[in-house]
Amino acid sequence: MKEFFHRKIERNAIGFVVAIVAVASIGGFIEIAPLFTIHETVEEAPDMRTYTPLELAGRNIYIREGCYACHSQMIRTLRDEVERYGPYSLAVESKYDHPMLWGSKRTGPDLARLGEKYSDAWHVAHLINPRDVVPESVMPKYGWLMRNELRIDDLGEHLVAQQAVGVPYTSEMVDNAVQDARGQAAPDTDAASAVAERYGEATHVRAFDGDPSRLTEMDALVAYLQILGKLTDKANQQAAAVEVEEQ
Amino acid sequence: MELEKRDRVTGRMTTGHEWNGIEELETPIPRLVFYFLGATILFSVICWVLYPTWPLGSTFTKGLTGFDQRNLVTEQVARADAERAAAWAGKVEAMSYAEIEADPALMEPVREAGRTLFVDNCAACHGVNATGGPGFPNLTAKSWLWGGEPEAIEETIKVGINSTNDDTRVSQMMAFGRDGVLAAAQISDVVTYVRSLSGAEGDAARMEAGKEVFAANCVACHGDDAKGSHDVGAPDLTDHFWIYGGDTSSVYTSVYSGRQGHMPHWDTRLSPLQVKLLTLYVHTLDGAPN
Repeated sequence: MKEFFHRKIERNAIGFVVAIVAVASIGGFIEIAPLFTIHETVEEAPDMRTYTPLELAGRNIYIREGCYACHSQMIRTLRDEVERYGPYSLAVESKYDHPMLWGSKRTGPDLARLGEKYSDAWHVAHLINPRDVVPESVMPKYGWLMRNELRIDDLGEHLVAQQAVGVPYTSEMVDNAVQDARGQAAPDTDAASAVAERYGEATHVRAFDGDPSRLTEMDALVAYLQILGKLTDKANQQAAAVEVEEQ
Repeated sequence: MELEKRDRVTGRMTTGHEWNGIEELETPIPRLVFYFLGATILFSVICWVLYPTWPLGSTFTKGLTGFDQRNLVTEQVARADAERAAAWAGKVEAMSYAEIEADPALMEPVREAGRTLFVDNCAACHGVNATGGPGFPNLTAKSWLWGGEPEAIEETIKVGINSTNDDTRVSQMMAFGRDGVLAAAQISDVVTYVRSLSGAEGDAARMEAGKEVFAANCVACHGDDAKGSHDVGAPDLTDHFWIYGGDTSSVYTSVYSGRQGHMPHWDTRLSPLQVKLLTLYVHTLDGAPN
């Protein structure tokens, strides 16, 4: 029987090709099938906001500099991680991350709940030279972020690209992307209040790099780092709900 | 092509394939490997039954054990909390700061847990030995901005300084130079005077002039004796500890462009017990590396 099947299928070219495709597609199907129902399996987070243009620019710098190679943004469901970093990450928290930056390696600590953990001044000092604030650090220096003027003329297009993959930016947000990027790093201006109006009162509006007169790459990256884990409060709510259930 | 031919050297059967005189032997995989493969398949089938496995559209097979990683980690954390509470943390929660510090046996786990919390959360700015750095206060110096009593430390940890908390401690050193309150020469004078308070030498005339500038502009926050104020977080200028550096140019920069240090608030990130442990750890720091 074994001999017979083998001989027969190996001698039928079309049949063999069909068999190969059928077997190879099993793996593909198993990976793709859960995505058909992803809208039902990811948590709801009505309070979630999108990244502001400045934060998105910072995210692009995070990707450009390869931060994800040493820092993950994913707290796993393990006791030591929950006790060190905070509530475990939820799928919904990466809803507007295209591409996602969960990472797979931690030379440095996880950054999923970094937002508002340290001051802007600390981030600036740390990015210019990590050894100034953490003597035992092995992180490279990123001093040029402070010198480089941030490129913002194309931010509207970045927002459009995010729109195309499902991030709910409005056309008003797209049209005002450049002013919003400037406004978020220039407190007490009209542009600053416009950002808060469009993206919510909780949006950080500060001179992130300490200098309100210039918009640098440092502004963008620090703005991004300070919002990590803060787009929605869902993870904290979930942790609190479980505690209540137990009592 | 000859089927079922036995190879003379190995005694195995050939597959019948032959290329330029080279024949392929049909060697079965070793028994051990075969059974191991079988065992792994059996293992995965058992796992399908016991654990969550197959996606079924909007749900998935839950498995007989009802295993759920999220519940598991929540339970583990809760159990660890309960064990800690029974062993010592319950006492920490119930007792006052003075009582806890008077109990050396209790202070031992407090210091250990406090150190872990400190390294995870505070060390990035204040350093692993709490000795601070440029822009970040040295906590072992006992030169407190907002008071060094446990209650004051606890409050600072909870609400932060110039933070996003509604009850935050607020402190602002004015930009006397940038905002045009003082002229460059006046700033140099007052810098000379301020540095002399902690023993630095300087031009006597400038010092005298600086003293007047100080009396007119600085005493409201730093006090007549320049010892600072815990009510507004103004540092003591007479000791040897400087947050932003005590050399002439650093002090000049502080007076010229002002300072507004920022400490995040921890009330939403840490539990009341964790804040209490950190308070005890910080309050009992003796400056010696642990």
